[in-house]
Amino acid sequence: MTRSQAAEPATEPPDTQVLVEPPGSNISTAALDQRASDAELLAAKLVPLRRPGQWICAAAVLVLIAMLIHTLLTNKRFQWDVVGDYFTRGSIMHGLLLTLWLTAAVMVCGYLLGIGLAAMRLSTNPILRTLSFGYVWLIRSVPPLVQLLFWFELASLYPTLSLGIPFGHEFVTVKTAHLFTGLLAAFVGLTLDVAAFSAEIVRGGILAVEHGQTEAAQALGLSRGRIFRRIVLPQAMPAIIPASGNLLIGMLKATSIVSVIAVTDLLYSVQLIYNQNYLIMPLLLVATIWYIILTTLLSIGQYYVERHYARGSNRHSSPGFWELTRGNLPLFGRTRHDLAGLA
Amino acid sequence: MSEPIPVSEPIPVSEPVPAGQVAAPLVRIRGLRKSFGTNVVLDGVDLDIGHGEVTVLLGPSGSGKSTLLRCINHLERPDGGFVELAGEIVGYRHDHNKLHELHAKAITKQRTKVGMVFQQFNLFPHLTVLENIIEAPVAVRRESKKDATARALALLERVGLGGRERSYPRQLSGGQQQRVAIARALAMEPQLLLFDEPTSALDPELVGEVLAVMRDLALDGMTMIVVTHEIGFAREVADTVVFLDGGRIVESGAPAEVLTNPRHERARAFLSAVL
Ligand SMILES: Nc1ncnc2c1ncn2[C@@H]1O[C@H](COP(=O)(O)OP(=O)(O)O)[C@@H](O)[C@H]1O
Ligand SMILES: [Mg+2]
Repeated sequence: MTRSQAAEPATEPPDTQVLVEPPGSNISTAALDQRASDAELLAAKLVPLRRPGQWICAAAVLVLIAMLIHTLLTNKRFQWDVVGDYFTRGSIMHGLLLTLWLTAAVMVCGYLLGIGLAAMRLSTNPILRTLSFGYVWLIRSVPPLVQLLFWFELASLYPTLSLGIPFGHEFVTVKTAHLFTGLLAAFVGLTLDVAAFSAEIVRGGILAVEHGQTEAAQALGLSRGRIFRRIVLPQAMPAIIPASGNLLIGMLKATSIVSVIAVTDLLYSVQLIYNQNYLIMPLLLVATIWYIILTTLLSIGQYYVERHYARGSNRHSSPGFWELTRGNLPLFGRTRHDLAGLA
Repeated sequence: MSEPIPVSEPIPVSEPVPAGQVAAPLVRIRGLRKSFGTNVVLDGVDLDIGHGEVTVLLGPSGSGKSTLLRCINHLERPDGGFVELAGEIVGYRHDHNKLHELHAKAITKQRTKVGMVFQQFNLFPHLTVLENIIEAPVAVRRESKKDATARALALLERVGLGGRERSYPRQLSGGQQQRVAIARALAMEPQLLLFDEPTSALDPELVGEVLAVMRDLALDGMTMIVVTHEIGFAREVADTVVFLDGGRIVESGAPAEVLTNPRHERARAFLSAVL
C-alpha cells in the first residue's frame, strides 16, 4: 500500500481518480492505521486490485497451448507437407465451394420458410397455427439423414410427379428419378429442416418483443406487413441472432451428411482422395482447417450483425471487434476500461 | 431535462368547423359494450366529444378507461354499440341493418385519424427519435422523407426537444420520451388525440413538462381525450370531466361541477382518494 507522506498537491485531474477496486478491502485497514488526512487521501496513488489467480491461469493455459503446438509440429504422422499439398487442390476447392453455396442456399430458403411458419404460428387463424405446429413437429421428429434419403429415394414411392387438378386432369408429369438428383435432394431436405428449426427461433424472438410496440404501430396506422418487417422483426433480432448463428455454423458442418448420397461437398471431396491414397489423417486435417476458417469468419460476422441490431439498446456504442478481442486477452486488456467479455 | 418548456407556434389542427353551421360532435359513442369472458368492462357507454374539446376520463383502476380509449381506434373490438368518428363508424361498415367488420386495411386507414399516447410511451427503441416520428408519415401517408423530416424537426422544436432528433429513445428521460411520443402522434395530423395515463410512468418532477405540452395542444384547439389522475390538469384544461365506474359513466360535466361537487358517491370517494 503506497501512500506519500508529504501532503503534495493533488496534481492529477479528478477524472483519473476512478475507483478501480470495490470498496471494503483497503478502507478497513486504512482505518486501523491512523486516520489519514483528506490531503493525504487525495494525494494517494490508486493501486488496482491485483489478480494473481488470473495470471496463474493464463500461464497454465499458455503452457498447454505450447504443448499442443509442439506435438502438432513435431509429430511426423500429421504429415503437414501433405496437408499443404492438398490444401488448395482443385477438387477440394470445388467441394469447398459446393459446401459454401449449399449452406447459403439452404439457410436463406430455410429462413424465408421459417419466418413464414413463425408468422403462421402466431396468427389468429387456427388452421394456419395448426399447420405450422404440425410441420415443425413432423420435421423435428425425423432425423435429417432419413429426410435426405427420403427425398433421394422419392422415386421409389412416387415414380412420377404431376401438376394438375386434384384427382382430375394432369397437365405436366415428370419422372421423380430425374428430378431429385443428389444435390436437389440435399437442398430440399436440409431446407425443410432449417425451416422447422428457424421457425421456432424466430417465434421465440417475436414473442420477446413487447406487445405495446405492435399497438403503438397499429395506432399510427402502419400496415400489418410493415409492423412485422419494420417494428417487430428488428427488435426480435437480438434474440434471434445467437441461436441463428448456432444453426448456421451447425448447418455448415451438417451439409457434410450429403456425402451419403454422393454429393461432392468439402468432406466428400476429401474422402474421395483418401479412399485412393490412404492419407486419411492429413486429408481430414485439410477439411477440418477449412471448416475452422469458415466458422471463424462466420463468428466474426455474427459479432458485427449483433452489434448492428443492438443499436438503441444501450446508452453507449459498443466496442469494436479488436477492442473486444484485446479486452478478452488477459495479458493486454483489463487496464483502464474493463471491457465486456464475449457473452 | 433542462430544455425550455415549449411555447406557442400553433400546430395545424384538423378541419375547421364550417361557419354558421351547428357542428356535429367529432366523436359519438353510443351504447358501447365490451366484455372479456364474463368480465363486463364497458356496460353501455354514451359519450359525445365536440371539435376542439378536451375530455378528461377519471375513474378507479379497472373501471374500463383504457378499454374505452382502445375501442375508439378499434384496438379493441366492441361487443355492442358503436363509435362514430367524424361521421364514420369505427371498424365497421353499415349495410342493410348490419355492421360488417372492416378489413385490416380500412381499419388501418381510419386509425390514421386518431393519435394515441401510451402510459409506457411505446417509442420504437431501435429507431432514432427522428425515425420514430417520420415512420408513419412516410410509410402511411407517402410523404417524402425530406418533407416529413422538416415537419418532424418543427414538431420536436414544438415539444421542446429541438436538437434531439438523432438520439435513441433510451438515451432520453421519461418526460422527454413521452414528449417524443406526442410529437410522433402529431406527425400524422390526427383529428383526435387519445392519452392513456401519459404521466403515470414518470418521476414526479417530469410530469410538469408533459402536461405543459398537452396544455399547449389544448389551447391550439386539438380535440383530446385524456385518461389521467392529474386532477389539477383536469380542472384547468378540461372542457368536460367524465367519471367512469364499473364500465358506466356515472357522472359527467364541467370540471368545476364534477370535481368540486360530485353527486355520485363513488366519484366522491375516488376524488377524495386522489386529491
Ligand atoms: N385484453 C384483456 N383481456 C382480458 N381482460 C382485460 C383485457 N384488457 C383489460 N381487461 C380487463 O378489463 C378491465 C378494465 O381494464 P382497463 O380498461 O384497462 O381499466 P382502466 O384503464 O380503467 O384501469 C380490467 O378488469 C382488466 O383486467
Ligand atoms: Mg388503464
